[in-house]
This record gives sequence, C-alpha cells and structure tokens, in this order.
Amino acid sequence: MSETAAKRTAAPGVRLGFASFVWRPWMVSVTLLLAAATFLVFCLSIGVGDFPIGLPQVVATIFGRGERVDEFVIMDLRMPRALAGLIVGIALGVSGAITQSIARNPLASPDILGITGGASAMAVFLVTVSGGVAAAIVGSVGLSAAALAGGLGTGLLVYFLAWRRGIEGLRLILIGVSVSAVMEAITVWLLVTADIRDVARSQAWLIGSLDNRSWGEVWTALWCTLALMAIVAYAAFHLGPMHFGDEVAAGLGVPYARVRAVLLLCAVLLAGVAVSAAGPVPFVALVAPQVALRLTRCPAPPLVASGLVGALLLIGADLVARTALPISLPVGVVTAAIGGPFLVYLLVRANLKKS
Amino acid sequence: MFPRWINGITFVGMGTTVKTRPTSGTPARVRRLAGLATLVGVLMVAGVASVAVGARALSPAEVWHGLFAEPGPDQRLTEITLIVQTVRVPRTVLAIVAGVALGVGGALVQGYTRNPIADTGLLGVNSGASFAVVSVILLFGLANPYQYIWFAFLGAAAAGVVVFGLSSIGRGAGNPLTLVLAGQGVTVFLAAMTTAVALSDQASLNALRFWNAGSVAGVGFDVIWPVTAFVVAGLALALTTLPAINLLNLGDDVARGLGVNIALSRTVGIVAITLLAGAATAACGPIAFLGLMVAHIARYLTGPDYRRLVPYAGLLGAAIMLICDIVGRVVTRPGELPTGIVVALLGAPFFAALVWRGKFKKA
Repeated sequence: MSETAAKRTAAPGVRLGFASFVWRPWMVSVTLLLAAATFLVFCLSIGVGDFPIGLPQVVATIFGRGERVDEFVIMDLRMPRALAGLIVGIALGVSGAITQSIARNPLASPDILGITGGASAMAVFLVTVSGGVAAAIVGSVGLSAAALAGGLGTGLLVYFLAWRRGIEGLRLILIGVSVSAVMEAITVWLLVTADIRDVARSQAWLIGSLDNRSWGEVWTALWCTLALMAIVAYAAFHLGPMHFGDEVAAGLGVPYARVRAVLLLCAVLLAGVAVSAAGPVPFVALVAPQVALRLTRCPAPPLVASGLVGALLLIGADLVARTALPISLPVGVVTAAIGGPFLVYLLVRANLKKS
Repeated sequence: MFPRWINGITFVGMGTTVKTRPTSGTPARVRRLAGLATLVGVLMVAGVASVAVGARALSPAEVWHGLFAEPGPDQRLTEITLIVQTVRVPRTVLAIVAGVALGVGGALVQGYTRNPIADTGLLGVNSGASFAVVSVILLFGLANPYQYIWFAFLGAAAAGVVVFGLSSIGRGAGNPLTLVLAGQGVTVFLAAMTTAVALSDQASLNALRFWNAGSVAGVGFDVIWPVTAFVVAGLALALTTLPAINLLNLGDDVARGLGVNIALSRTVGIVAITLLAGAATAACGPIAFLGLMVAHIARYLTGPDYRRLVPYAGLLGAAIMLICDIVGRVVTRPGELPTGIVVALLGAPFFAALVWRGKFKKA
C-alpha cells in the first residue's frame, strides 16, 4: 500500500484558473468507465419490462428521436423509476463519501447521522399507530414526506447536538450513533407492540423501494440533488488537504471548520433527499465509497466515483430484482445482497495481491 | 568503577521490569481498586433489587425466604419460592453474564479494530444470529424461542468465523481495517437475507421483531449454564490477550518489534469476541450499543491500558444491563419493556451527554 502511495505522489498537478487538482489517469478512466456503465444499466433498466424495448430505441427516445409508442412507455411509465434510482444512488454515494472522509472512519455513513433512524421511526410510528393524529398526518402530507421530516429533524438534531465550537469528527459520529440507537429502540418497540399486518407493511417500507415513483417526486429530488451537488462540488476542493488533519489543513489555508460544517450539512440533506425518493435504502452509502475507493485506487473516498458506484449499485440491483429473481423483492434487499459480497471480494483481492 | 546510573541501565537491560508506576502514584491505584469495589457493590445491590422488583414486588424477607427456604405447606410462600427461583434469579444471572460478556466484548472489539464506533455486532455476530433464527423458523417451523437459541449461537459463531477467515486471506491476517470492512460486508449481506426471509414469511417476521428487541426474560438455567460456560471461556481467552492489545495499539510494527505474535494474538482476540458476543446474543437477542458505550466509559475511567479497562468494562456492562432490566420491568407495568430497548433509551442520551462534554478520547 505504502509503495503505491509513494509512487502516486509523483502524479502531476493540474491548474485550471482557480481550481487545481492532481492528474490521476487511472482514477479518471475508472470514473469514465463507471459513468458509461451507469448509463448502460440505466438504459437497460428502462428497456426491460412487460413491453421490452431495444437498447438503440431507448437511447434514441431519451435524446428525443424515438417513436410515439416508445416515448409513452419510456417517458411516462419507466423513466421516473429509473431516474429515481439514479438520483438516490448518486445522492447516497456522495453523502457516504463525504461522511467517511470527514469522520475519517470507514464505518461512518449517513445512516449513523440519524437520517435513516429518524425517518424509520417516524414511518413505523405512522404505520403502526392507527387513528387520530397519525392518520391525519398521513392523509395530508403522505407517508414519505412525514418520514422525511422525521429523518431531517433527527439529522439536524444530531448536527446541532454535535456542534460545540464547530463540528468535530469523533464527537459527531459518537453522538450520531447514540441518537440512532434511541431511534432504533423506538422503532423496535413500536414493531413489538404493533399488529403483525402493520409490521409487514412497515418492514416493506423500512428496506426502501423504487416502486410507484411519480414525475413530481422525481423532479423535486432531482432539483434538490443538483443544488446540493453544486455546493458540494465547490466545497470539495478543500477536502483533499483536510485528510491530513486540522492543523495541516489550516496551514494550507483551508477554513476547515466552515468546510466541514457545510459538507456535512450537505451530506445530511442528500441522504434526506434519498430517503424521500426511495425510503431508507440501507448500506449504499456505506458500501459505495469503499468500493469506489478500491476501484479508483484513491487514498480517500472519491466523490464522483462514489456517486456513480451508488447509482450503478442501485439501478443494477433494481434491474436484477425485476428480471432475475423468482420472487419480487424490494430494491434495498438486492442492493445489500450484491453490495456486501462485492465489498468483501474487493478486500480479499487486495489482500491476495499484497502477498 | 562505573558511575551509579550506568549500573541502573545495565540492570534494566538484563530484563528486570522497569518500574513504570512511580511510588507516589499509589492514590491512582487505590482509586482504581475503590472504583472496582464500588462497581461490585452497585452490582450486588442491583442484583438483590432485581430479585425483589417486578410485577409482584417482594420484601427483603420474602426474597431471603424464596432463595433459601425449603418448600413448605404454606401456599403463599411456595408461590414466592417459585417466582424467585424460576423467574427472578435466572434473569438476574443472565443479565449479569450477558452484561459482562458484552462489556468485555465491546472493549476488545474496539481495541482490536482501533475504531471508536466498533460494537459487539461488528463481526457479523448479530446479523448471523438473526439470519439463523429466521432461517430455522422458515425451514423447520420452530415456534418457541427455546428451540432456536442454539441455532442463533451457531449462526453468530459461523458469521464470526467467516468474517475473520475472509479478512485473514492473503497477507491481511486480521488487519483492523480489513476486519471492520469484511464485518460490514458480511453483516450487510446477512441482513439483506434476513429481511428477504422475513418479508416472505410472516411467522419469521413475527419472531424476528421480538428477537430484535433483546430481552433477558424467559430463559431458564438449562440455557444459562451453557451460555455462561462459553462466556467464561471467552473471558479466559480475552484475559490472556490484554497485554498484547496494549502493544498492538502502538501500531503493528512496534508490536512486532516488541515480540508480539500479531496473527496469534488477533486470532485469540477474535475468537474471544465471537464467543462472548455470540453467547450473549444467542441468549438475549441483539443488545445494541451496550458494548460501545461501556468501552468508552471504561476508557474514560481508567485510561487506555486494557488490563485495567477490561475489568471495568465487564462490571459496568453487567451493572448497566441489570439496572436497565429492572427499569424495564417497572416503567410499563403490568407489561415489560425489553432490556435491549431500555439500554438504548436510557444509555444513549447519557452517553451523548458525556460525549458532548468532551469526556472521550480516541480508541
């Protein structure tokens, strides 16, 4: 590991106006490959279904040159689902990469910043507690929106509880783990006391799903993600020096406290967007950055590649869930079933290579 | 011939232990022993309270009678003896055994992975146990928790072995980062499989939700004794590796230079963690957060030396588990709040407050 790291320091730096970065051919080509693969799987996912459409037609239709009937099936029926998968995957991957970079801990993910726990507790509460306030809330704003409010509320609670003259990595994740533990305990307690039919409905929601997405939801998620990504892209130029610790970052002129606060807030909000679009899909945010890091051979989780791996994982899992499996499973289950072993495979391969 | 100080150096070089603790440091030692004694005292008081408190509250005299009296003709006293000996005492013993196991397991897992958010479930133990539970319910239709406890233990142990095996392939030899990530990968996979089974089979889902809550109630001595045996074996292994953990935390190179057999000590440590966490999880279900919390509090109380930290972690784990179990019996009378839920609901805010006040350092 240290040998390759030493070799890489010889990589040339590139400066374009105000922005500078290190030119890493391997990383760039892997990222481009990932982007191409994501687009391919995205098109495949649109083409597969009860009314199969060939890949060329799908591509043509996406660029506005398709036939009427294809256009209807693709744009009105299949696009929202595929786009939701793309957005959720990218949001979760980037959010996970930010969290792991800042916490400098591969176990960190937005899951432990409280988003998932809060959203799950809120959703299970609304599903299991029948009547009265709960029914009124679900009736007026819908389950997803209410769960999102719960998740964002919890995420911001963690953020402000961890705030003490700035955000510090260890304090943030320990407080995040604590708050998540409370939320999980509440969820489990609600499930234990609930009726078994409500438990089954909650369980289906808890694992995350891409079924029945509408264009309205997808547009909201898309604009939120784009806005947040713009902020992340601007702040991310400071992320490199911050891997060396606060003192070095400060010495290099990085306003580390502000950058960390902004980036973490973006991570929390990105995870919130993902929860609103697909429910709490677990593990993508945890696994995607680690997979991307090993594929691109970067020293720290790369943001773009993490987002692409997240999207690839999610759309691919959705495709597998719809085509290859005999029973229909929510995308969250398949994502985890593919993502976990793939991470292990990468680890084992790296260990074998070193010897 | 030689100045006096050179004699001193040769002396050290010949292998006599250097006195690391200055003689003026005895108060620290006294304080540590006093702390341990206090914890043992708290544990004993909580133990007695645990026998006395419950749906039917017992007076100290009744507790005494229930523990030691011979069965007599008196209907009321027989009933008390029955409550004490078949309900209260087993769950008290189990809470203590599981608490010690999870506390020590949590401290060890943080020591071996050098990760401050490592918990006893990290090596796949909890997810392995859950998957085993839903699988045997689906395959054999077992309905009684009694029947699947040992399957849960097997599942936990198998997951631990798989994680350690995968992370040791090649030159990894249980490298902390590889271990943590392999644990996550296997956990993710098993959790997905568990959910898949639970979504397709309602009986499994029903069992899973109660299993996930984590409780020390309703387990008899026929299960508790074997569990205790596994925990004792785990503790014995754990104690032998404590000096090595201290050295490993200086970094692998330093540890190797000081003569630690890294692969051996990691293997022993992981086996110990799997035994401790697996046995506790099999008997009570997954008790999340206890190990993590206890490891940090113990480190705050004793400093980073694992030889001192681990006994504290064990006693703290037992005390917290026992107190949370008592609280769970009292707060929602006549029902009960499962122990695992109380641990998180009470422990996490307390822990978060300590974190916020800046009490904890890196593992």
